[in-house]
Amino acid sequence: MAPGARTGLEIGAAVIVAAVAAVYLPQVLELFSLINATVWVSMAVLALSLGLVWGFGGILCFGQTAFFGLGGYTYAVASINFGDTTWAVPLALLMPTLLAAALGYLMFYGRISDVYMGVITLTTTLILFKFASSTAGDEWNIGEAPLGGFNGIPATPPLNFPLAPDQQLVPEQIFAVAVLCLVACYAIAKLVLRTRFGRVCVAIKENELRAELLGYDVRLHKLVMFALAGMMAGLAGVLFANCVFVSPTMFSLSYAGQVIIWVLVGGIGTLVGPVIGCVLVQMLTTYAGTLSWIDPNLLLGLVFMAAVVAVPKGLLPTASGLLARLTGRAQL
Amino acid sequence: MDYAAVVALQILSGVATLVIVSLGLAVVFGMMRVINLAHGEFLMLGGYTAVLAYGRGVNLWIALLILPPVVVGIVGVVVERLLIRRLYGRMVDTMLATWGLSLALIGGVTMLFGNSVTGVSAPLGSFIIGRFHVSVYDLFLMLAAVVLSVAVWAVLKFTPAGLLARGTMQNAEMASALGVAPDRVYAVTFAAGAALSGLAGGLIAPISGVVPTMGTAYIAKAFITVITGGAAMLTGTLTASGLLGTVLTSFTFLTTPVFGEVALLIVAIVLLRLLPRGITGRFLRRAL
Repeated sequence: MAPGARTGLEIGAAVIVAAVAAVYLPQVLELFSLINATVWVSMAVLALSLGLVWGFGGILCFGQTAFFGLGGYTYAVASINFGDTTWAVPLALLMPTLLAAALGYLMFYGRISDVYMGVITLTTTLILFKFASSTAGDEWNIGEAPLGGFNGIPATPPLNFPLAPDQQLVPEQIFAVAVLCLVACYAIAKLVLRTRFGRVCVAIKENELRAELLGYDVRLHKLVMFALAGMMAGLAGVLFANCVFVSPTMFSLSYAGQVIIWVLVGGIGTLVGPVIGCVLVQMLTTYAGTLSWIDPNLLLGLVFMAAVVAVPKGLLPTASGLLARLTGRAQL
Repeated sequence: MDYAAVVALQILSGVATLVIVSLGLAVVFGMMRVINLAHGEFLMLGGYTAVLAYGRGVNLWIALLILPPVVVGIVGVVVERLLIRRLYGRMVDTMLATWGLSLALIGGVTMLFGNSVTGVSAPLGSFIIGRFHVSVYDLFLMLAAVVLSVAVWAVLKFTPAGLLARGTMQNAEMASALGVAPDRVYAVTFAAGAALSGLAGGLIAPISGVVPTMGTAYIAKAFITVITGGAAMLTGTLTASGLLGTVLTSFTFLTTPVFGEVALLIVAIVLLRLLPRGITGRFLRRAL
């Protein structure tokens, strides 16, 4: 099959699955489960953004939550001030992109190695966490929006129809929007990877020195890839803000860690893997939360260590490798 | 005048704290190229060891200075055996696995001791400069930072074990060919690094509350310090602590502690843009 046709098929399949989910799930799920499902979908967008930047850009970003949280906060502050979410959303995509571009400039143009990159991005999200936690009190109002310190902004308004502040979306519609965003991000990622730019990014990931010697500007490609993933993470933050509300937890170490776990469990170097990993680990976390005898962090940490030692490639590549061996075909 | 003296003392004690919390990480990273993201939790375990031992009536100084390095050193041996050993040479995987360890330790300690803040009050009382009270324990921390740095330097420079460690660090294959078992050197180094982290946890227990998540308050600072320092682990850590500790404490004085940390991060990132291999990648390269 031609690669182009295959990309088309995969995107088509994703659209069909998403359409079924967006129409069918709101009819069968109770409101609480539906909102939970929306949270999971927003997390899946976050996982996808890291899967893209790590698996195809070769950029080890430990602080993807920095962009996630910044997107959420920008959305909340802007929509409270504007009284309308129409322009808050583009602003909430712009801010994380700018942060990613600034951070990316310092890291890629400084030619910092990948391990240091991980530490710098992680530190960034931790600093934002501390900053957001310390914003309690009236001196921390941006316009009409109080940042609220550790409690965040509980009054984060839900999305409304474009240019119609009175018509707010109901949870069923927000779920549909979230699923739509997930599919759109998946399709964009797939299509970007098919372009010349995307192929150069993968080439850089495979062998940075060789790509550079062939004349490609490694720093610029990485920067653009990083900014694109930052924007996706910002979108995830907007969706998350719509079904929960924004608080410093969005920047926290445990969220930052979870994103990595999702991608790692699902499989680095795939786009569906992170989404599957996200859903599986979320189910596990939710289940662990109902257990009183074990702390969720302990369970997550153990799963994390086991995943690194036992299935370093992730579930999806390992499973498809097994499948290929069982059916006796060459690996896909 | 007395205000200037107090500020100077605060800056020195900020630098000393940075040296203390970074040293264990610097040893493990500098010698083994292993990034230990559970470093903060090693500090936390050291802190808990100190608080629990003191609560059981152990002498304060034994609880602060002797037990934490011993206990955390043993934890380090176990972790090296079970986890780190499987992942040598896979830097990113090590990072991820130690992050998992960090989460698991936070979760485990929360289960055992709960999520509340405990601590010991700072011993040694205080003395007076002009209108200000200064804690003697701050001076003790400065002394501890100096003693620890000198001790690490002396062990690496003058003992046979230090020679083997430095040799293995420079060329593991050659060391192996000469009859040194790199595995064992790595295991001892990791345990020593863990013991240093534990001692750091004991030392800072009186000045910071002891909670399961206390490691996260220090890990970012420690990492940035070690990385800004660069390849020469001791000189790098000391120069970076001096620089970043001054920035941190000065900005904390001028604004708030949060902005102090933001300033530290920004200075470190800009510095890494200018010197991607850290301070000792450019200056003092031949130092230890």
